[in-house]
Amino acid sequence: MPAIANTPNIAEVSQRKSRVAYWLLIPGLAWLAFFFVVPLVTLFMTSLQTESTTSPGKYVPGFQLSNYTDAISEYWPQFLRSFLYAGLATGFALLIAYPLAYFIAFKAGNWRSLMLVLVVAPSFASFLLRTYAWKTILADDGAVTSTLNSMHLLPDGRILNTGIAVVAGLTYNFLPFMVLPLYAALDKVDYRLIEAGNDLYGSPQQVFRKVTWPLSMPGVVAGTLLTFIPAAGDFINAELLGSTKDKMIGNVIQTNFIEFRDYPTASALSFALMAVILVMVLSYIRRSGTEDLV
Amino acid sequence: MPVGVSREVEDLRLVNLTKQFGDSTAVDGISITIPAGSFFALLGASGCGKTTTLRMVAGLEDPSAGQIFIGEKDITQLRAFQRPVNTVFQSYALFPHLDIYENVAFGLRRRGIKDVDLQVKRMLDLVELSALDRRKPSQLSGGQQQRVAVARALINQPDVLLLDEPLGALDLKLRRQMQIELKRIQSEVGTTFVHVTHDQEEAMTMADTVAVMNAGRIEQLGHPADVYETPHTIFVANFLGQSNLIAGEKLSSGEVVEVGAHGLGFKIPAKRNVAPGSHVVVGVRPEKMTVLDAHDEHKLPIGHNRIFGVVTDVSYTGVSTQYLVQTPWDQTIIAFEQNSIVGDRSSVGDQVVLGWAPEHTFGLDPAEGVTSGIHEGVSALESDPEA
Repeated sequence: MPAIANTPNIAEVSQRKSRVAYWLLIPGLAWLAFFFVVPLVTLFMTSLQTESTTSPGKYVPGFQLSNYTDAISEYWPQFLRSFLYAGLATGFALLIAYPLAYFIAFKAGNWRSLMLVLVVAPSFASFLLRTYAWKTILADDGAVTSTLNSMHLLPDGRILNTGIAVVAGLTYNFLPFMVLPLYAALDKVDYRLIEAGNDLYGSPQQVFRKVTWPLSMPGVVAGTLLTFIPAAGDFINAELLGSTKDKMIGNVIQTNFIEFRDYPTASALSFALMAVILVMVLSYIRRSGTEDLV
Repeated sequence: MPVGVSREVEDLRLVNLTKQFGDSTAVDGISITIPAGSFFALLGASGCGKTTTLRMVAGLEDPSAGQIFIGEKDITQLRAFQRPVNTVFQSYALFPHLDIYENVAFGLRRRGIKDVDLQVKRMLDLVELSALDRRKPSQLSGGQQQRVAVARALINQPDVLLLDEPLGALDLKLRRQMQIELKRIQSEVGTTFVHVTHDQEEAMTMADTVAVMNAGRIEQLGHPADVYETPHTIFVANFLGQSNLIAGEKLSSGEVVEVGAHGLGFKIPAKRNVAPGSHVVVGVRPEKMTVLDAHDEHKLPIGHNRIFGVVTDVSYTGVSTQYLVQTPWDQTIIAFEQNSIVGDRSSVGDQVVLGWAPEHTFGLDPAEGVTSGIHEGVSALESDPEA
């Protein structure tokens, strides 16, 4: 028998290869199905449940769309506050992170790795612990508050248990998520392009506006998303650093789930939050024109 | 002012320009004047300081000492964006987020010029890229990107255009084409071009003045043919093309210097001998030699210098044949012969005589060592199969 008859033809081989690729997807898909799709569907079902007529406090499957309208009409201030605080924290984080990432990418030289480690280092302590630490830092008798008070810079005479503390905590906690993508984007910016900009009569400010900033856009988009999305859903900062007047939507969801055991309302709020964030993110990405860059 | 109209440009003058990086001196006190409107090539191996020199002129590197003048104006303290100088970068450094049109318009816009359309279109015409004005740089070929880089710099009508190995990334054929293109553009716009390259052939074909740089200094400066025909240092003799160098002692002075080496006498016109003392390195370019069978020595004109030896290698390279000839003192001499002679060529093992005119001989100072520039020269040759 000629040897060639035993060799599988090329089409067969490549078919088998592509089948192998699909097999590799299975663990990931299974994970996603069990731990994302199923809970998401369950959450959606829960958000439409109605209270049982026979046993009050129990919920049965239903199609109660008013869960959504009720939840939003009751909690819209917390919704708005969430986006406001998250937006402010994202803005401040960008203001702090951009110069830092710029310095690490272009000026840090041999210190670059150390500085990156320092950016990430706080994450080694737990999120909760770090936020508690801020409670101490911003305490009424602490150095920060008394210093600012002596300069009469605080309208309420305090920082802790105000919105300022919540925004400060959010900014601090999510800063690394802003720094790292910005650094990655700036590091990719060819320094010779900046030199070319200078060579072509661009003052440092002009070159930043026309060359560096546009080229770092992917990092700006990624960093703002990675900061804004978790910040909008966060409840720990508002819980520990804010007063009852500074509650965010995360706190409302948590209270409804854990304390009131009002699962439909909590689910409806979660789903609404997700939907709003998704819409905001999509329009943001479209507007910054970086779909192909992110 | 429209492209193509010559205008008043001024000389570029470097005075004792020096750049140190830590302990090492990259540029060591260069003083030259580059005449307005000339095509000036800075030629040297990598690390010789040529790019650093260029970057100091551009304002991208601060000199450790010295001054840079354009005309009478001292621009040493001006920052890059304030200098009437533009650069074509080695990597082109085109802005990837801007299209070709905006890349070319960049310099004009930064200077607050509102109506750029006419100038940009003219410039794109000059480099023959008008059809591609809305493409992004990544959609262009290497040669096209190179032309955009030239257009983007030239549209600003700088007093001096700096070109940092602009053709290095192109393949040989395209490089030839761009060499001609750049010369055409230069003669059209009349701007002073300062071209940094390690490619000796590129420097010689394009420039009207070549400066050979080595270890932060300028070894020799002049018209390409003068530098090639009469190298003043062993480095230049070895780096720019190839040379046969034989160390000897001066026997007699006068209008023609006679140098003795290995029992032979070599004549050098005194004006072609730069050796200050009695030690002289006799040099001759391989293509100046005639290769004859040893029996035909009498056919050499009287007074010509000559070396006897045995052929150890013959390579036919199309235009010419390259011979390697071993001398009795075990030196290998290289000789090129045009393939226009009728009859038999010498072959390996033949006893031959190499003869050349005293006018093609040069005398050098042996102080720097006879191998100076050889290593650097080889890499330059490899990039250029026809050298």
